[in-house]
Amino acid sequence: MAKKVALLQGNEACAQGALYAGCKFFGGYPITPSTEVAEVLSVELPKVGGKFIQMEDEIGAMAAVIGASLTGAKSITATSGPGVSLKQELIGYACIAEVPCVIINVMRGGPSTGMPTGPGQSDVMQAMWGTHGDHAAIALVPASCQEIFTETVRAFNLAEKYRMPVQVLFDEIVGHMRERIEFPEPGELEVIDREAPSVSPEDYKPYDSTKGQVPPLAAFGSEYKYHVTGLNKADDGFPTTKASLVDAEERRQVNKVLDNVADIESNEEYLTEDADVIIWAYGSTSRSARYAVNELRKEGIKAGLFRPITLWPFPNKRTAELAVQAKAIVVPEMNLGQMVFEVERAAKGNCVVAHEGRVDGDPLNPGQIMAKVKEVL
Amino acid sequence: MAERYELRFSGAGGQGLITAGIILAEAASIIEGKNAVQSQSYGPEARGGASKSEVIISDAPIDYPKATVVDACLAMTQEAADKYANGIKEGGILLLDADFVHNAPEGNFTVYRLPITRMAKDDVGREIVANVVALGAVIGLTGVVSKDAGEQAVLRKVPAAFKDLNKKAYNLGYSKGKELAG
Amino acid sequence: MAYDYDKSIRPGKLPHIWCPGCGHGIVMKGLIRAMDTCELDRKNTAIVSGIGCASRLPGYLDACTLHTAHGRGAAFATGVKMAKPEMTVICCGGDGDGTAIGGNHFIHACRRNIDMTYVLMNNFIYGMTGGQFSPCTPTGAIASTTPYGNPDQVFDISKLAIGAGATFVARTTAAHPREIDKLIAQGIKHKGMSIIEVLDDCPTTYGRRNKFRSVIDMMKHLKANSVSVKAAPKMTAEQLEGKFLTGVLFEDTEKPEYCEQYANVIKKAQSA
Repeated sequence: MAKKVALLQGNEACAQGALYAGCKFFGGYPITPSTEVAEVLSVELPKVGGKFIQMEDEIGAMAAVIGASLTGAKSITATSGPGVSLKQELIGYACIAEVPCVIINVMRGGPSTGMPTGPGQSDVMQAMWGTHGDHAAIALVPASCQEIFTETVRAFNLAEKYRMPVQVLFDEIVGHMRERIEFPEPGELEVIDREAPSVSPEDYKPYDSTKGQVPPLAAFGSEYKYHVTGLNKADDGFPTTKASLVDAEERRQVNKVLDNVADIESNEEYLTEDADVIIWAYGSTSRSARYAVNELRKEGIKAGLFRPITLWPFPNKRTAELAVQAKAIVVPEMNLGQMVFEVERAAKGNCVVAHEGRVDGDPLNPGQIMAKVKEVL
Repeated sequence: MAERYELRFSGAGGQGLITAGIILAEAASIIEGKNAVQSQSYGPEARGGASKSEVIISDAPIDYPKATVVDACLAMTQEAADKYANGIKEGGILLLDADFVHNAPEGNFTVYRLPITRMAKDDVGREIVANVVALGAVIGLTGVVSKDAGEQAVLRKVPAAFKDLNKKAYNLGYSKGKELAG
Repeated sequence: MAYDYDKSIRPGKLPHIWCPGCGHGIVMKGLIRAMDTCELDRKNTAIVSGIGCASRLPGYLDACTLHTAHGRGAAFATGVKMAKPEMTVICCGGDGDGTAIGGNHFIHACRRNIDMTYVLMNNFIYGMTGGQFSPCTPTGAIASTTPYGNPDQVFDISKLAIGAGATFVARTTAAHPREIDKLIAQGIKHKGMSIIEVLDDCPTTYGRRNKFRSVIDMMKHLKANSVSVKAAPKMTAEQLEGKFLTGVLFEDTEKPEYCEQYANVIKKAQSA
């Protein structure tokens, strides 16, 4: 039988991806340009026995998502940059308490209210460093409606597998445009559920590192009673200020991501093998970049595209390799320079690294990228 | 067809041009199996004033999702024509609602005129289907998708009670568009 | 025979962090008795709090306990309850946590009338951070950040809860320990949002700055200024000046509960 296809907006595809992943809870607050994610889930979640709640504010939405996830429900929220700013307090909570959840950020310009209906890519550093304190982050940056579907599924998988918040960032362009989506059959994409504890309720410790870097998480309302806190805590979940315990827990929580980069990383490369210039681009801008690569090749310029799909953890290794191979890396972003600094860091001076930014509410177009490439070569 | 064909529908907010764009994208991508990307203006401008919807159709995967040089443009009002009937490629097409756009922008493209809104009101019987008349005309004029694919896509989108009305609107637009194309 | 609190306390978690003379322990004991009265299955009970002295309460109790971020208890609890309505959800925290930084979550949880019981310990001060004034610090009182007397006006938490739509609102004080467990138990049994405001004392950061010489003085003050809702109608406005009404202040058993409302949404969605 032919697969189900539909013309969907990126935001709608995101909601469908969440449902495919087994999402059972949405907590959110209306914000442009992400509202279609909420609207679709308000229709679809109750049909599968899931819950949709529109909270009083962005912070409350994040709180409800974490609370729901602790009962075992796969949980999601969707917002935009100003909303993520408000949620940062509790994104940190989800990091330290190790509660799986997915946060969708449909990026617009800014700072502040900025241009709510215009695209931007200025929240990419916020995705890594927005919340206070040391923590690891996973952020995915899909570039098409189909990829928004599959990356939303992968975001749930990574959240459940690594017991942490995972952010999916796409911008207004991809969020609002429509493309054909092929719905994967059930079972076609991997769907991961968090590991449940195998020990008896009496022996259960929610942060027991002897059970691995990612200890199993019990559901509230099951046989397991335990304590969750945002304070630094010992393996039993209760607060501690004992230096050795605090240090070990903080390091475990960061290392569970850094030690598993190979599993979390996802990149796409296009014509990079012989490229003299690499366009390092993500999200909707990578589409302009791919167009530019094709045009530049027609003109005899050996351009290639490196496209991170996992933005955080940062693709250090491959970026460093490309910096050795290429004469230049051009980083087009709909911001005034964010990921370019990470690329520079990874490039270690081995090639020219140049930024091409745009923040006027119009998409960063192929012509701009081509001009920048010609300028640096 | 060309590797990449770009269309822009523009008019007053509420005239249904975003829907027309979506229907065309469905005709291309769902019914004909090509690649298509539809996008639109958002925010207050989508609820009044001029609004636009863009559709890119291609046999190959579509990278850049916005218009670069527009192959065919529709403008239903003077404001829309002033604001959005630009970036049309040499030899491209501009279709105007003859009753509402009096000053056509100048350029190396062919301007066609049809009284689209009046056709919907007088010949089909409901002004509200002007967007479907326009869609039919654009498809007739450009041949960007087949007549049948366009009709199927229209009928998929409308409730049962309005199928005949929309079919009539589409076919009227299509035949007039085809006539214009010669 | 002494009441057996130990079976409800997590082994090894006492002593608690509260100062000698703090009323929070009295409230915790009341909560334990109320949970026993209602025969709550601790596996199926979530106790959720924010940040502050009062919010440390859940950690001592044997249940599913969730110590969240400052002010966010009611919002986390909403997620827990919504996702698993079969759980009993109890919220607790202080006046600053619940009505300042968490004020929005508090009023909206009341508005939804979601089935949970919120035990709000109002000791008129931010205790944990060293005695800064809260929305409940009496006008004129001295706090570490109102050295010249508090210029702010005061929230009446119970009135706020009633106005916001909670369907069971009661008030008592730490000087009325028996009433605490009675009212909390009524709140737990009530289907909908129950607010139990317990006026309580902070001898360390409030009492010593405001001319209460001892904990006993503070308790006497709470007792002397409480008027039960039953007695109040017989009193004159003058007699009621500066007093706090105690007992069940408001009860509405008609207004639909939020999770039941959402269960109807599910039914509609699934039959469509």
